[in-house]
Amino acid sequence: MGLQPNASGGTPPVLALDRITKTFPGVRALDGVMLELHAGEVTSLIGENGAGKSTVVKILTGIYQPDGGEILLDGAPVRFAAAQDAGRAGVTAIHQETVLFDELSVAENIFIGHAPRGRFGLIDRAAMQRRAGEILRSIGAEVDPGAKLRDLGIASRHLVAIARALSVEARVVIMDEPTAALSQKEIEELYLLVEQLKQQGKAILFISHKFDEIFRISDRYTVFRDGQFIASGRMAEVSEGELVQMMVGRAVDQIFPKRKASIGGEVLKVTGYCHPTEFADINFTLHRGEILGFYGLVGAGRSEFMQSLIGITRPSKGVTRINGRIRVIRSPADAIGAGIVYVPEDRGRQGAILDMPIFQNVTLPSLRQTSKSGFTRMAEEFALAREYTERLDLRAASLDTPVGSLSGGNQQKVVIAKWLATKPGVIILDEPTKGIDIGSKAAVHDFMSELAAQGLSVIMVSSEIPEILGMSDRVIVMREGRIAAELAGDDLSPETLVRHAAGIGARGEAA
Amino acid sequence: MSALKSREAILFAAILTLLLLIASRFPGFVSPQNLVSVFTDTAPLIILALGQMVVILTRCIDLSVAANLALTGMVCAMVNVALPGLPVALVLVIAVTLGAALGSLNGLLVWKLDIPPIVVTLGTMTIFRGLIFLLSEGQWINAHEMSASFTGFPRSLLLGMPVLGWIAVLAVAVMALVMGRTTLGRAFFAVGGNPHAAVYTGIDVGRTQFLAFVISGALAGLTGYLWIARYAVAYVDIAGGFELDVVAACVIGGISIAGGAGSVIGTLLGALFLGVVKNALPVVDISPFWQLAISGAAILVAVAFNARAGRSRGRLILKSAEQPQ
Repeated sequence: MGLQPNASGGTPPVLALDRITKTFPGVRALDGVMLELHAGEVTSLIGENGAGKSTVVKILTGIYQPDGGEILLDGAPVRFAAAQDAGRAGVTAIHQETVLFDELSVAENIFIGHAPRGRFGLIDRAAMQRRAGEILRSIGAEVDPGAKLRDLGIASRHLVAIARALSVEARVVIMDEPTAALSQKEIEELYLLVEQLKQQGKAILFISHKFDEIFRISDRYTVFRDGQFIASGRMAEVSEGELVQMMVGRAVDQIFPKRKASIGGEVLKVTGYCHPTEFADINFTLHRGEILGFYGLVGAGRSEFMQSLIGITRPSKGVTRINGRIRVIRSPADAIGAGIVYVPEDRGRQGAILDMPIFQNVTLPSLRQTSKSGFTRMAEEFALAREYTERLDLRAASLDTPVGSLSGGNQQKVVIAKWLATKPGVIILDEPTKGIDIGSKAAVHDFMSELAAQGLSVIMVSSEIPEILGMSDRVIVMREGRIAAELAGDDLSPETLVRHAAGIGARGEAA
Repeated sequence: MSALKSREAILFAAILTLLLLIASRFPGFVSPQNLVSVFTDTAPLIILALGQMVVILTRCIDLSVAANLALTGMVCAMVNVALPGLPVALVLVIAVTLGAALGSLNGLLVWKLDIPPIVVTLGTMTIFRGLIFLLSEGQWINAHEMSASFTGFPRSLLLGMPVLGWIAVLAVAVMALVMGRTTLGRAFFAVGGNPHAAVYTGIDVGRTQFLAFVISGALAGLTGYLWIARYAVAYVDIAGGFELDVVAACVIGGISIAGGAGSVIGTLLGALFLGVVKNALPVVDISPFWQLAISGAAILVAVAFNARAGRSRGRLILKSAEQPQ
């Protein structure tokens, strides 16, 4: 904790936090943290979930006010009493889930809150349109300023968000998990943009859970742990292992605890699955105790196929065999009955029911077992919920408390307990570790291995190459709605995965 | 759950305070006999609010309940005029069945055509009222045209309380059982609490909402007969605007308009609160127009209270709030 402001030498920081403290009722979210952002440099803020990263972003953008410490702009203390103050000082943020307006045009989104004014203080639409076009061109974005945002893809939305950041003459740009929803190609484009922003002399604060991109684009790092400042320095002088150690406060020797499970007979066989618009010709088999990875770029049709497999959408044709017998799955209830469960990617939205008590959440897909002729049976429900929440080491005062009062990590456990309680044969995990910190990731991976070792068959949809390589026994790569390759053993390498996913030929310039 | 319980306790305390205030000047108001009559007077509101509660829990709204009530009531009255000898039990079956059928029309439009519930029920509300006019040709059906057993049933006394009151008690008991102890009740909460999550757990969201509308319709139909028989008159505009009282009772009772949160007891208390206010004002000699202002204020207070409860819960999501240090 021996950092002195300016100790890192070089140019003085554009924006700095000096011994910032922020307390919420009963919680000290930030405890005297330091952070420096320099012009023309990317600083990565690194920490596990709950380290205080989001709180820092909110303080920098004027949404929260610190209880102690100072914000220094060009070395002089400033106060951001509201978001507008931060905006005026040239601090702008591109959020995790970019906050834009669907029904407004691109130009309106870029200039909302600071639109050019004409006569009588009315918005000068022509000027707005023109300047939006200029900014978009300057970042190489082929987006029509007059288009409705609703009609844009996720990558174009990010470009609009970046254009918005540039439109306010930002000096400090905060990027909070900007790549979370992007495909590999879009991420590459984002890197180029970050490079441009650097050349324009912006100070960039970059927040990400992905170490490869942290190393790829950052010049400096700052590590927080549990609301405290741990260390900062130049990227060139630190290794991945050292950073992880600073983050978690312990050495993580083995990130992927893949156990050798004995792979048994065929459990699930899918033949000829087609959908008019989303995917075609999906064929594969899944064995007992196997972890089958599904890799592909965002939008390759993996989640769409999985949703069809469990009966949320209907395939136009295709046959599912479970343990050799044909099963017709027309609804998620059929899928649960057939022993296939799907843990969706968006666990916040599609996972738990926050107003419901824990035990009711856990038994929701198993109500057929815990009820008799339509009447629920409390004793059975509590027994089932207790069994699975204990197995997952869920900490809660009582199974009667609403899930909404639990921490994020414990909510996840409720969601997983819910699916395990149906005693499935096949569990589909869609992006199981998306957006969670490295310590929790290891726990999820450990758990996945354990499930496989117990004879469960796991389908893991993931866009993270290390996770796919570290966890899967076999990998299916999807591209544009079709299976591009099935890989196992020595064929599995980051290069082959990317090449098949992106459709680059054998002599192409794969990443 | 504890926030919910305390909210109900506060509402109960509010009703008690109200009764004490009135009793301090008009002791007669709190005599057992008068309380029974206040309860009986509130019975239609209670029954309808129970149906509305289920619909609101699934993130829908049923604005057609009062029109359903009036249409079913008119049909029951016409059946009675045509067949005066028909046993009351059969009339009840007709009322519930017709009400459920009208409710299922709402449900089907929401389920199969994906039309927003507020639009669907606004439409059927108008259609139902129009149908009454077509059926009755705008004529009233008056007491002397109805048979004595038809009008007498809701008013006949059982253990000191009219049957109408007992039916409300029965409806509360049945709905408490359905919501608390059946898989269907669980589905209503799940669908309203998080429809996306409910789909994955094998619950058919549209079908669940459909069933909510059927329940709401059946209870509206039941109330239709009881209402017509109690007041011994049927006409087009009967119970006009009553759907707003019904929604108000639910909101005051703590049913979250965003779906997924609420209870049978809360609904009962919400309806009773409005019932006490409505019955007390004439006694205290305050213009009945004050009733509108008071129920309006109660709605705002209830919603503000719910919003506050939601906010304080949101904070607990912080990991460290749960386990300090």
